[in-house]
Amino acid sequence: MSLMSRISLIFRSKANKALDRAEDPRETLDYSYQRQLDLLSKVRRGVADVATSRKRVELQVAQLEQQGAKLQDQAEKAIAMNREDLAREALTRKSGLNGQISDLKAQHAQLQGEEEKLTLAQQRLQAKVEAFRTRKETIKATYTAAEAQTRINEAMSGIGEEMGDVGMAIQRAEDKTSEMQARAGAIDELIASGALDDASSLNRGDDITRELESMSSQAEVEQELARLRGDSLPAAQQPEAIEAAPQGDILAEQPQPATETKDGQP
Amino acid sequence: MIVRILGEGQYDVPETALGRLNELDATLESAVEAGDDAAFSSALTELLDGVRTVGAEHPADSLDESDLILPPADATIDQVREMLNDDGLIPG
Repeated sequence: MSLMSRISLIFRSKANKALDRAEDPRETLDYSYQRQLDLLSKVRRGVADVATSRKRVELQVAQLEQQGAKLQDQAEKAIAMNREDLAREALTRKSGLNGQISDLKAQHAQLQGEEEKLTLAQQRLQAKVEAFRTRKETIKATYTAAEAQTRINEAMSGIGEEMGDVGMAIQRAEDKTSEMQARAGAIDELIASGALDDASSLNRGDDITRELESMSSQAEVEQELARLRGDSLPAAQQPEAIEAAPQGDILAEQPQPATETKDGQP
Repeated sequence: MIVRILGEGQYDVPETALGRLNELDATLESAVEAGDDAAFSSALTELLDGVRTVGAEHPADSLDESDLILPPADATIDQVREMLNDDGLIPG
């Protein structure tokens, strides 16, 4: 199969649009349809040619008949004028014309028959071409659908691969999320245990603030202690008060400012 | 085996007929190589007729790839030569 194989190989190796075009049955169908249309147009031209010839013959017959009528008229006139020789000549010519007319009429009938046959053939061919066109379109649609199906399948397998990638991405995202959740949980625990400062609480991570707060709370403790001492051990503070206060109700004159804290709280 | 005659259609050719077609094919090939126009056209006609005779027309609505491809019936020797060039019949 050398030549056939070589040509086939060339066509097959050109796995591109050009090859598809060459081997595409749709193209072949279109080509066949075009050939049929060409044939149909040839038949149509044939019908038109025959019809033209028939009309030409009809015209010739009409002209000859007109001429024959004229000769008949001339023959009658010649008889009226006693010119039998002229009448004979006219009638002889008319007889010749009649022969031509009858030949042309036979030709006309033949042409008419041919025209009818061709018209019929043209109609049949037209119907066949029309049927072929419909069938061709159906086949082409089927082919296109089959081709589309192939493409869809290819696309689907491609999508399958891509879905694999997407799956991987989702897996990665999930891993990252659980990692972050675990980390957040660990941070919460650390904060709860005091090992880690709660960054969300404002001004609590600052050393100076902590020191100030500590000092303030120590002062408060001292003041509270002092107040309590004052309440439970009034004797310790009374001599000073007695000395300073005038005579009278000692308790009523209890010097409030002496126990007043620096911020005015009792 | 499906044989396509370009511009004509596909034919289902029985394996048993391939021997004879091979001979016709070899004749055609040597005509192409010799550049013999007359021998080429008669060999091509004979080969295509051979395929048409032994093969059954493959249904047009059955979409199958051809196993072998033959040039169209009205191909010239130059067209077949062009077809057999490295670039093939279709450029690109």
